[in-house]
Amino acid sequence: MSIDAEMKAALITFTIESLELLQDMEDSLLSLEDGADPTERINSIFRAAHTIKGSSGLFGLDHIVKFTHVVESVLDAVREGKIDVSSDLVAVLLPCCDHIALLIRAVVDGDVEENPDMTTAGDALLAELRPFLEGNPSSPVATVAPTPDRVEASGGGEVETGNWHISLRFGEDSLRNGMDPLSFIRYLTTLGVIVNLTTITNRIPAVAEMDPETNYLGFEIDVKSDAGKEALENVFEFVRADSIIHILPLESAIADYIELIRSLPEDDAYLGELLVKSGVLTKRELEDGLSKQKSDSEASQPAQPIGEILVEQQVVQQPLVTAALEKQKQIKDNKARESQSIRVDAERLDKLIDLIGELVISSAGVNLRALQTTQTALLEATGEMMRLVEEVRDSALQLRMVPIGTTFSRFQRVVRDVSKELGKDINLVITGGDTEVDKSVVEKIGDPLMHLVRNAMDHGIEPAEVRLQNGKPSQGTLRLNAYHESGTIAIEVSDDGGGLNRERILAKAVEKGMVAADAKLTDQEVYALIFEPGFSTAAHISNLSGRGVGMDVVKRNVTDLRGSIEVDSTLGVGTTMRIRLPLTLAIIDGFLVGVGKSSFVIPLDRVVECVELTNDNGNNDYMDLRGEVLPFIRLRNLFCINDQPPRRANVVVVDVAGAKTGLVVDRLLGESQTVIKPLGKLFAHAQGLGGSTILGSGEVALILDVPVLVSSFEHKMQRHALSISA
Amino acid sequence: MQTLTIEDELTIFTAAEQKNNLLSFLNSGDDLEINLSQVTEMDTAGLQLLVLAKREAARTGKTLRFVMHSKAVLDILELANLTTAFGDQVVISHSEG
Repeated sequence: MSIDAEMKAALITFTIESLELLQDMEDSLLSLEDGADPTERINSIFRAAHTIKGSSGLFGLDHIVKFTHVVESVLDAVREGKIDVSSDLVAVLLPCCDHIALLIRAVVDGDVEENPDMTTAGDALLAELRPFLEGNPSSPVATVAPTPDRVEASGGGEVETGNWHISLRFGEDSLRNGMDPLSFIRYLTTLGVIVNLTTITNRIPAVAEMDPETNYLGFEIDVKSDAGKEALENVFEFVRADSIIHILPLESAIADYIELIRSLPEDDAYLGELLVKSGVLTKRELEDGLSKQKSDSEASQPAQPIGEILVEQQVVQQPLVTAALEKQKQIKDNKARESQSIRVDAERLDKLIDLIGELVISSAGVNLRALQTTQTALLEATGEMMRLVEEVRDSALQLRMVPIGTTFSRFQRVVRDVSKELGKDINLVITGGDTEVDKSVVEKIGDPLMHLVRNAMDHGIEPAEVRLQNGKPSQGTLRLNAYHESGTIAIEVSDDGGGLNRERILAKAVEKGMVAADAKLTDQEVYALIFEPGFSTAAHISNLSGRGVGMDVVKRNVTDLRGSIEVDSTLGVGTTMRIRLPLTLAIIDGFLVGVGKSSFVIPLDRVVECVELTNDNGNNDYMDLRGEVLPFIRLRNLFCINDQPPRRANVVVVDVAGAKTGLVVDRLLGESQTVIKPLGKLFAHAQGLGGSTILGSGEVALILDVPVLVSSFEHKMQRHALSISA
Repeated sequence: MQTLTIEDELTIFTAAEQKNNLLSFLNSGDDLEINLSQVTEMDTAGLQLLVLAKREAARTGKTLRFVMHSKAVLDILELANLTTAFGDQVVISHSEG
């Protein structure tokens, strides 16, 4: 890979990591006010900001560094208890998070330079932050602001020290890779005089664990040299990738040395001693420095200081491509360890699922052939194989399952913002966040849920005065809940608001001519009316909802996912919207039917019943179903299948939006689990087909898209009728 | 008193072998001496082994001395500034000054 490509890859990793960190930051910020001890969360917010700043610096994204630095300073003051956590603070920090995300997204789009519009927006945000910072000096770890305190000569009089302090921790594999650490030090002597050198041996493990070919040594060196930092750095060029190397001018600010001590894996006190011994620091300076930062205990843990090292290295070293890449990798490793999971490209996963779909199909074929033989041993073997294949399929589908909690937690922010906008006090309660559902379902359910949530907040929950009048607490509660229910996931959005007004809905529906004035409807049927296009009972139109579009879109989205939506409501107590969705979109329960030599799959959830077609004269397109007229579609005619019809045909009764339609077929072949395969582009215009699947016998069967099939057939009939009457 | 003369180089190439060698010698008695006069070459891996041997001896309460350091060994010990830490008598050759 060329340097450019490597940089690009590292940059992509950086943006992904940063956006994740920002999401964590937002989640933590939102939970800050819940009253529990916030220390841990403040620390994690601070670390997120710190890491983003550090990484941005490595990529030379100075505008991000500049903005994030101020945010970080505020967070640092919060961490030290100088600023109290308040909702005002959170309200200012949240938009800052958004702004950083914007800046990083701009980088994703290839815009690594500063954008004046964004800078203006950023400056406005910083101006809001400034009041919090006033009276708080810049934090000691702030690496952009210059720290004024310089190291003075220790003791009295001049102490002969070198110009540079070098900290070396060679990588474990240095020896194996043919890099002898001591030879680097020997080379260093050609550039200058080593004034002081300490070999750090305490990383050598106990005898039994000690691998004689692994390097355990580190060195602290003071060197007097006229060579520049760059030249010294170049000495270690070949081991830079997996070693920790710090080169500091001896005149560095104390803070730099403290950072150095913190970032190295050894015990702080021990390293401090070393530096004192070599005359770099005096004891008092060391103690002051260490106590100044004693609040951040996490920095002394070897697993954590990645972010710190990043920032620290940014000060002491030029941003180097290899170092940047290495750091990115470390961050990534760290993250992977933290969450104990691997990131997999969704495309690869889809490919796997696809292949397993094929495997299911072909093993069904094998099984079918085996059944035709009468060899018991073969049958046993294929039976076992079928069982395993099914398990593989189930666990592969499981891979795509993600908890719905991440989708839910987005709504924390939404509820916060919208309730502010509406001037209502609304609390969001999330339960069942770890309920798992297919990734593609999660992606598509976001928008409908958003609409339901906004709707519930706008129309469901009453203003505080009304609530108090009705004897409810002034704070409204919105609940998001999810649970599994017989092969589907149910997602509930409930509010403790006024509930649906049955009479008003009915009156409106009558007024719009949707139902007859004297119609007798159940509660469920009345509530279902709100999902009809163009229906809204909102007394006034708000910014959020009530424009009469929306609920029908929600319903359509849910139906597209082969789900259903229902409403429970009690006037004055609250409303619950319940969405039921299939757990996966890749496999459906199908009902297999045969026409001539062809097979078709009808989604099972559409099928109401099957009846025999009696007294058929071959020309009708309706029949008598227990006294009702049942229109039907002859699949034989529709798909132009011209062979001899059987003596008896069957009718599969399907349900489309409450209306029944029949599909006339030759044979009923029963239920089957069907792996959906999309049809090629060539068939894109073919209406009424939802996809295809391959049967165990190797034959292709078309999956019928029943609603489209029925409505296009209706259109055709209407045109036909018109042409006759014309 | 037991004496071991290391007759090979102390480098990454021999490290695994020398580790076993040194450890089994450590178990052979309580008052030990290692003659380094035949060590023609030494690197960081060898240095680590000497440090390990010293530490292990101290841990188990044994006496371990390095004697007759060859020039290669002395060079390394000086470079790593460990001569004093090891506390063994060394003969500084005059040619080096």
